[in-house]
Amino acid sequence: MEAEAAKLIGAGLATAGMIGAGIGLGVLFGNYLQAAIRNPAAAASQQTMLFLGMALTETMGLFSFVVSLIILFAA
Amino acid sequence: MAEQPAIDPMHQFMIHKIVQGPVFQLGGLTVDMSITNSVASMLAAAVMLVVFFALTARGEVVPNRAQALVEALYNIVDRVLVTPIIGHGGRAYIPYLFTLFMVILTLNLMGVVLAVGNVAGLSLTFTVTSQLAITATLAVLTFFSVFILGFIKHGPKFLTLFAPSGMPPALLIFMVPIEMISYFVRPLTLAMRLFGNMLGGHVVMSLFGSFVVALGLVALSGGVATLAFLPSVLSFGMIVALTGLELVVAVLQAFVFTALATVYLNEVVNFGHGH
Repeated sequence: MEAEAAKLIGAGLATAGMIGAGIGLGVLFGNYLQAAIRNPAAAASQQTMLFLGMALTETMGLFSFVVSLIILFAA
Repeated sequence: MAEQPAIDPMHQFMIHKIVQGPVFQLGGLTVDMSITNSVASMLAAAVMLVVFFALTARGEVVPNRAQALVEALYNIVDRVLVTPIIGHGGRAYIPYLFTLFMVILTLNLMGVVLAVGNVAGLSLTFTVTSQLAITATLAVLTFFSVFILGFIKHGPKFLTLFAPSGMPPALLIFMVPIEMISYFVRPLTLAMRLFGNMLGGHVVMSLFGSFVVALGLVALSGGVATLAFLPSVLSFGMIVALTGLELVVAVLQAFVFTALATVYLNEVVNFGHGH
């Protein structure tokens, strides 16, 4: 296989790490919504925590994004 | 690559010089003081922030529009972040956190709102926060100010941050390295998050933008190809929707960056109380 082709395939495969971030965000927002529907009064007070959790979860997906960028442009 | 590809979503992140400045050597490093599009965007943001500050610095009892806006923004930092997360001891750090928030917010929004200026291929604007160098600078600055503040406030005792209390001593051999890694990876994640979000969003927008033009040109050739107008129009609709999403992301990422800085600061200010 040519090195260039392997690079492109590798970059594509590296983005598979985003699956985890996707599942994580789904769990996060799903559970937040469930809790918010059960107790709407407490929902607003936990929004900061929701966004913090979102930021931390998203990082894992972004790592895979950055890895694929490194493969494409830097390596 | 042999030929220049027609669709090049990375082109918008290229740095090019606008005004050639003096180039000199400083301790073995070549320093180029040229005004690039990145520098120009940051200067524009700085001017905007200073003007905004000048408009709102004199607080009035009945706020005008600019003051109402800045009060809303200040409330985000004060009442949503600092007071609930740190408590009263955090009030001294609001100036830094608010500055951080405003700078990132301005730079993010400039990249989205003024992106209209790039329609005709003129690189008038530039998303500064999509450069890892800029986000890394902000992240490292924030992280190490907090880290050094910890030593100033608590002295060497601050190092017990890496040793969770109530832990059997045998486990500390494993826990301390893990805690240290997860602590020192913070500036990296802080920089990556902002960079990745801005870069990713703008690449997707640029891709849909090139679809509109490419498919529209195909459709103009007539015959069955006229059907290509449909995906072209759909892509345009996607750009409109994505612009809205990018506006949300721009504000959200500024908020998230400040929120994480507040959380890191909380460990220093309330050291020894929380855990």
